[in-house]
Amino acid sequence: MDDEGLKTRVTEALKKVKDPELPGIDIVALGMLETVSVTSGRARITLLPTFSGCPALDLIKKEVVETVRRVDGVTEVAVVFSFDPPWTTARISPEGREQLKAYGIAPPPAAQRPGDPWEIECPYCGSSVVTVENWFGPTACRSLLYCRSCRNPFEAMKPVAHVADERPRPD
Amino acid sequence: MTPEYRTALIELLYQLADDNFILAYRGSEWLGLTPHIEEDVAFSSINQNAMGHAAIYYQMLEDLGEGKSDDLALLRPPAAFRNAVLLELKNGPGNYWDAPDYDWAFAVVRHFFFDVFKSIRLNALKKSSYPPLAAAAGKIVTEQAYHLMHWETWFVQLMMSTDEARRRMEKALSLCWADAGGLLSLGKWGAVMAEHGLTATEAEWRDQWRQAIGQSFARVGYVPIGEPGMAHGDGRNGEHTADLGEALSILSEVYRSDPQATGW
Repeated sequence: MDDEGLKTRVTEALKKVKDPELPGIDIVALGMLETVSVTSGRARITLLPTFSGCPALDLIKKEVVETVRRVDGVTEVAVVFSFDPPWTTARISPEGREQLKAYGIAPPPAAQRPGDPWEIECPYCGSSVVTVENWFGPTACRSLLYCRSCRNPFEAMKPVAHVADERPRPD
Repeated sequence: MTPEYRTALIELLYQLADDNFILAYRGSEWLGLTPHIEEDVAFSSINQNAMGHAAIYYQMLEDLGEGKSDDLALLRPPAAFRNAVLLELKNGPGNYWDAPDYDWAFAVVRHFFFDVFKSIRLNALKKSSYPPLAAAAGKIVTEQAYHLMHWETWFVQLMMSTDEARRRMEKALSLCWADAGGLLSLGKWGAVMAEHGLTATEAEWRDQWRQAIGQSFARVGYVPIGEPGMAHGDGRNGEHTADLGEALSILSEVYRSDPQATGW
């Protein structure tokens, strides 16, 4: 198979890799995949960490290497993490947002800008009558909330926004 | 990369790594001892993030040929550390395993001072002439709003609370103010760092920090006495207290006895 065909198969295979701290959603839907390239069977995958200090990165890398190595025709796998561009919650796909909800985690607003209010809907009943119990939760990316309508505790993914204009431009 | 640029860059990366590393450790000593259980969850998350940030900077040092990142964190002598002294000071009398009598007011003021500074520093580093540092800062700063909001909430609420809370907070404020100058210092290589566009100048972030902290002080009706000091010396130049040596010996005990045993 040629490199272009392999690239498609590698990308498909990556949809099977989950973030161990968010087992309901795959890393592609989460927006972590930046680029895939395949040269003479050697795959190179660039991923964007969701949170900079995320302790799950080593596990994700291991899982990616094992999964991609099983793709017929791939001889070598290299995984690199990059902060450029920074991952933001805007990168989560519509499917990813549904996957999060099904897992009981409210997805962050699709178009968040720094300073915007955080509008959160209960993933179970859709009510926006919710209270924040703790901005911090079981992992760096989640907060703890309570739904006043259906009386369920739930988690929400923290919005992480970025203003592109503030980035330095190469001279 | 000229030798001068490289030296200034390495000094700066040690300041960034060591600040986050030692304060994350001091924060982790609070686990199970904070005022309530939700605070334990929040504070642990903040400490874990800061330790993750330290790991990013130690990795950059490893990439520059300074040695293995775990070794850099755990095996250097205290005098090689470049963290601000304010961040290494003990949480209070006792130890986390034996009669801890830690001071929550001190924790709140120290973390608030640091996170205001950390935001200013990250915003300056986004424009750093060293691309890996600019990219990392651009990412880390997106998460900083949550830390800042957390400590600002504690700071304002305790300052506006009972007479006892106010008295204890003011005591912590004067302790932290006496060493806050060390946070703002860039050390003896500071002028070279700024000249090469690695960071903003020391004067710039001192002004920004004074302005930001001044606004919070105004909200709670507090007026500091004098300028932020360096009562225990300038950690950026390797001056430290015995508290740092003690913390490092505890932190590195397992790693020193058997590097394989840690398994990370």
